[in-house]
Amino acid sequence: MPLVAASRMTGFMAHLRERGFAVGPGEAELVLGTLAADEFPDVSAARLAFKTMLSGDRSQWSRFDGLFDAYWFKRGLRLLESAPAKDAFRSHRPRPELWDKVLPPEEGSASLGRIARLPGQAEGPDGAGGSGRLIASAQDALMRTDLRNLVSPEDVAEAERTAGRLARAMRYRLSRRRLPARHGDAIDLRRTIRRNLSRGGEPIELRRRHRPERPVRLVVLLDVSGSMEVYSRYFLSFVRGLVGQWLQAEAFLFHTRLVRVTEALRERDPSRAIRRLSLMTEGFGGGTRIAVSLRHFNQRYAKETLNSRSVVIVMSDGYDTDPTEALSVELERLKRRARRLVWLNPLLGWRDYAPVARAMAAALDYIDCFATAHSLASLAALEHEFARL
Amino acid sequence: MTFDYKPMQHDLAKAGYIADDALAMALCLTVGLRRPLLLEGEAGVGKTDLAKALAATLETRLIRLQCYEGLDANATIYEWNYQRQLLAIRAHERDAMPSNAIERHIFSEEYLLRRPLLEAISQPQSPVLLIDEIDRADQEFEAYLLEILSDFQITIPELGTIAARSLPHVILTSNGTRALSDALRRRCLYSYLDFPDDTKELAILHARLPDLDRRLARQIVRFVQMLRREDLEKKPGIAETLDWAGALVGLDVRSIHGDPAAIQASLICLLKTEADLKSMPREVTARLIGKVA
Repeated sequence: MPLVAASRMTGFMAHLRERGFAVGPGEAELVLGTLAADEFPDVSAARLAFKTMLSGDRSQWSRFDGLFDAYWFKRGLRLLESAPAKDAFRSHRPRPELWDKVLPPEEGSASLGRIARLPGQAEGPDGAGGSGRLIASAQDALMRTDLRNLVSPEDVAEAERTAGRLARAMRYRLSRRRLPARHGDAIDLRRTIRRNLSRGGEPIELRRRHRPERPVRLVVLLDVSGSMEVYSRYFLSFVRGLVGQWLQAEAFLFHTRLVRVTEALRERDPSRAIRRLSLMTEGFGGGTRIAVSLRHFNQRYAKETLNSRSVVIVMSDGYDTDPTEALSVELERLKRRARRLVWLNPLLGWRDYAPVARAMAAALDYIDCFATAHSLASLAALEHEFARL
Repeated sequence: MTFDYKPMQHDLAKAGYIADDALAMALCLTVGLRRPLLLEGEAGVGKTDLAKALAATLETRLIRLQCYEGLDANATIYEWNYQRQLLAIRAHERDAMPSNAIERHIFSEEYLLRRPLLEAISQPQSPVLLIDEIDRADQEFEAYLLEILSDFQITIPELGTIAARSLPHVILTSNGTRALSDALRRRCLYSYLDFPDDTKELAILHARLPDLDRRLARQIVRFVQMLRREDLEKKPGIAETLDWAGALVGLDVRSIHGDPAAIQASLICLLKTEADLKSMPREVTARLIGKVA
C-alpha cells in the first residue's frame, strides 16, 4: 500500500468523528506520526492499526471495519449515510406530553408557553439542602390525595415538583452516609508518625482514618405503559430527582421494550435530552411486557449496574401480557444479583386491591418490599426502604 | 516502529499464547508507541494471560496491580515502613542523634515500601505493568492513574520526585462492570477480545495441552462453541475449555460420544452457576453431543 496522503487521512478522521468517535487532535497526531514513520505491509494491517488507535469502546470497535471500508473503498456507503438522516427525522416528531413537565420545552414548539420549570431547578429553601423534613403542613392535603384524582393544572404541577424534591431529599440523606466519622476505626500510621516527629517519634497523638460507608446503588425500572399513564408523569419526576446528580443511580423506562434513560434524565441541554428520549415515543402508552423488559435488563445491563449493594426499584402495576412463568424466572435472576428488590405498585393504595394480576401474584415471592405509590405521602414514606440494605 | 505484527504473533505463540491478528497488532503498537493498551472482553478470554505472555516474549518482569473497590494511592504507589521507622526512632534516640538527622534517616529509600506503580517505573528494563480489572477500582483512582500514565513520574513529599528509569508497557483490563471514563479511553489504545472461533480455540488447546488427542480436541471445541450459543448466564471462557479438556483426560474419556455420565458430571468445569447447570440436563447435553461430528 502506498503512503496515504495526510489530507485523505484527516478526512477519514472527520468521517469517524461524525459517527461518534472521540477523535481529537491528539489522535490525529498519533496516527499521522505513525504513518510518517513506516509503511504498512498491507491494507488489513493498516485497518487493524487504525482500529486499535482510534476506537474507544466495544461498539466503536465492532463498527470500525465497516466505516473503514466505507471511507476508503466506498463500500456499503449508502447504508451508513442513511442512518443519521433517520435519526434527524425522529427528533422532529412530537414527543409525548409527559416529557413536557420533565424536560424543558422544545424549541419552537407549541409547548413553549407552558410551565417550563424543571423539577431539578425548582430548588426551594425547604428542598434538598434542608434537614430532610421537607413537607410543609400546607401541602398535607396534596400529599395524601391519590395522584389520579388530581385535576387542576396547578395541583398537577405542584405534585410533580414535590415528587422531584422528595427524591432529591432522599438522595441527600442516602449520600450523607459517605461523610467520614469523627472517630475512625483504624489508625492512620502515615499521619501519626508525621504528627509526632516533633515529640521524638513517640506516638502520643493518634491520627485515625475511616473508610466511609459505601453508598447504596439505586436502579429504577419505571413502567410507562398505558395502564400506568396517570401515574407515570409523577414517577418520572421522582425518578429524575433520584437519578439527578447521584452518581450511583441508573434509570430505565419500559413498556414493551426497555430503554436506559439515566443519561437523558441527567442531560442539561434540552435539545439533546429530547433527542435521547425521543426513542421512547415509539410504543409509549401501549401494552406492557414486563418479563421481556426485565429479561433485556438482566442480559444487557444487570452486570454493570448491579452489585451486592444495589436496591432495585420496579414501579409498575403488574399488568403483564407475557406468561407469568417468564416473569418469575427473570425476577429470580434479578433478585440473585441485587441486594433488595422493591416493587412500587400504585394500585396498592386503592381500597380492596389485592394483587390478583397473575404477574403480580407471581412476583410477590421475590420482592423484599411491596409498597404503594399512589400518593406523594406514600412516596415519602419509602425513604427508609431505599436506605436499608 | 513497525506495523508488521507477524513476528509478535510468532513470539507470543512460542510463549504459549495464540493471538489473532488484531491482538498482535495491538501489542505491536503498544510496544512501539509506548501507549497503554486497554483490553476489554468477557471473563476468561485470556486478558490476564496475554500480559504474562508479553512479559515472557519481551523477557522482562511482569508487575501486576489487581484493582478492587476502595483501592487507594497508598496501596498502589508507596508506603513507608512504619514499624521499622518507629523502631529506628527508638534506637537512634539512645545514640543521642539529633532529631533532624533521625528524620532524614527514616525517610530514606531504605524505609520505603514500593508498591506496583512505583516499582514499575523504577526498573532498569521496561517491565510489563498489568493493571487488572480497572473497572473494579473507584473513579477517583482512575483519575489518579491517568496522571501517572501520562507523566510516568511520582512525587513523594519526603524524597522528591522520582522520574521513570524506563517506561513500562502498560496493559489495562476491564470486564465492563463499570463504564470507564472517556479520558482514560482516549489515553489508551483499545482492543476487544471476543471468544475465540473454532480454529483459534483448537490452536490454543494444542498449544496448552500438546498431549491431547486431536480428535477429542476437535470434539471439545465444537461442543464448547455450541454451548456458548445456548442461553447461559455465564458463558464458558477459554480457561473453562482447558479445565474441561483436562478433566476429560483425567476421567479417561477418549471420545465425547463415550461415557455420558462422565461427560455430564464433568460439565461443572464449564458451567459455573447453579442455573446454568440446571439448564443443561442430560437430554440437552445429549442433543449437543449429537451435533458434534
